[in-house]
Amino acid sequence: MSTQPIFQAEHLHKRFGDQVVLEDISLSFDEGSISGIMGPNGAGKSTCFNVLTGMYKPDGGSIRFDGMDIAGLSPDRVANLGISRSFQIMNLFDEYTALENIMVAAPKTRANLIKPFWDVRGDAETSDAAADILALVGLRGREHHLASDLPYGERRALEIGVALAARPRMVFLDEPTQGLGAEGRNKLADLIQSLKEQFTLVVIEHDMQFLFRLADRISVIHWGQVIAEGTPKELTANEWVRASDIGKVA
Amino acid sequence: MLTAKTKAPLTTPQMLTFFAVLLTYPLWAQAVGLYEYLGIEIAIFILYALGFNLLFGYTGLPSFGHGAFLGAGAYAYGLMQVHLGAGLLPGLVASIIAGAIASAIVALFLSHRRGIYFALMTIAFGQIFWFLAIKVRGVTGGEDGLLNIFRPTLNFGFFEISLKPNIALYYFVAFVLVLVTLLLWRLVHSPFGMAIQAIRMNEMRARFVGYRVWLIKWSVFTLSGAIAGLAGGLFSLAQESAYPDVMSLHASGLVVMMTLIGGGFVSFWGPVVGVIFYYLARDLLGASTEAWLLWYGLLFMAVMMFSPEGIAGAWGRLVRRLRKSPAAEKPIGEAAE
Repeated sequence: MSTQPIFQAEHLHKRFGDQVVLEDISLSFDEGSISGIMGPNGAGKSTCFNVLTGMYKPDGGSIRFDGMDIAGLSPDRVANLGISRSFQIMNLFDEYTALENIMVAAPKTRANLIKPFWDVRGDAETSDAAADILALVGLRGREHHLASDLPYGERRALEIGVALAARPRMVFLDEPTQGLGAEGRNKLADLIQSLKEQFTLVVIEHDMQFLFRLADRISVIHWGQVIAEGTPKELTANEWVRASDIGKVA
Repeated sequence: MLTAKTKAPLTTPQMLTFFAVLLTYPLWAQAVGLYEYLGIEIAIFILYALGFNLLFGYTGLPSFGHGAFLGAGAYAYGLMQVHLGAGLLPGLVASIIAGAIASAIVALFLSHRRGIYFALMTIAFGQIFWFLAIKVRGVTGGEDGLLNIFRPTLNFGFFEISLKPNIALYYFVAFVLVLVTLLLWRLVHSPFGMAIQAIRMNEMRARFVGYRVWLIKWSVFTLSGAIAGLAGGLFSLAQESAYPDVMSLHASGLVVMMTLIGGGFVSFWGPVVGVIFYYLARDLLGASTEAWLLWYGLLFMAVMMFSPEGIAGAWGRLVRRLRKSPAAEKPIGEAAE
């Protein structure tokens, strides 16, 4: 497994009006790893995610993916470079079936966008690849269910499936355990662990036990700054972390 | 293998029924108290509403100023006839281009907007076009419009067909409508159609899976405007005049009502139903009372209250109940097609 950083953000700043949300944040994520970002509510985790994935343009700093400067690129351009993300609040195509949710995000569908006689739903390669992704996220047999009809846990899985559909190199997961029970969290942890073989993953998570179980490295964000980072083991010894609520869990 | 269940059909019973009714209309219209010219107007507005629904029902972008592009097409056709004596096809090509250019310019300002901001800006642009049509008298003829736009002859080289008789014009318009319907049907089942519906469902997610959403919205708006332009050209041909009223807010609102009442959000055929419903209401209610628009408005309110998905939505629910099938609970797409 390569441990070269595939993604590096340096000295990121972001403010909304007078409020400084991110202040000199630097992060790097190794290829083929699971990285975690944690911190209390209002720490700036989600803003950080949104800056890293193109939703917000940083006010300062650089973001490099595979050697390319991507700071300020639009989300579609970031996605087309091989970076996908899921959302804390469910963001699915609710009136499409689970299979269609994956197919609409597939690179082949986008590549054939202006071909009026190319039938997305009739293309065996696209639909079979979409079915494989659904199987990967544990939704085999749910292909023809509307996304809006799926139970919550399966919608969470589909949320990740849509992120994987674009065949990204790197996947950002925003609080994937949100609203899941213990069983759902265990299933999701197994899923994320299995995805590590194919993708570089970054997970924002409130559930610290979940993150400590999965992540190779974790960055702790508080007051818009990275206050600590390291392996789960290193973090348990960090005095900042030990002094906070995070330390009690670790 | 999952393809067989989901492949888009080339034709459907609804499509064949629509084409059969369209092509046989002159044979039975008089027997049921209708007339040929009504068929021409209905066919033109179905064309207009189907193009409008690409934007409204499929992409979820509410345009309340679409009459601007209908009018641009009508004036372009009229100006080509009045000043250049152009033939039928160059005139209609000009109307398509005029609708496309006008909508492409407007869409540049709108394609980064959505929701109420998008809707309000379409009203503003619609009013600008309407105002210009009234004030630039030298070009548009002001409030009187362009008059004496004669119906030209359809020239095939080895034979000609005069479009002066309504029956000939009807079949010409019906032919154009069939072509545009097939084009739109194919388009909404293509990857582009899938993408625009994804944008309607979740614009942000569509961006994050890699779609350049603003460009797709711009393209849909322009295409919809081009079709409105074509409808405007045909309307000008049918009316033998082009006037600013088609660009008014009232006229722009009508196509929205037609599309909603028919069920444009749940079925490709919703606008067809809505246009027929409107014109039949106009002629049948209008024969009894001058206040027919009041009754049409009340009917519109009743449909929206009891079946927000319009007539096509109510029909879809009825069919599903009769079949007792919980499947195909889909909005636009398979359920009501």
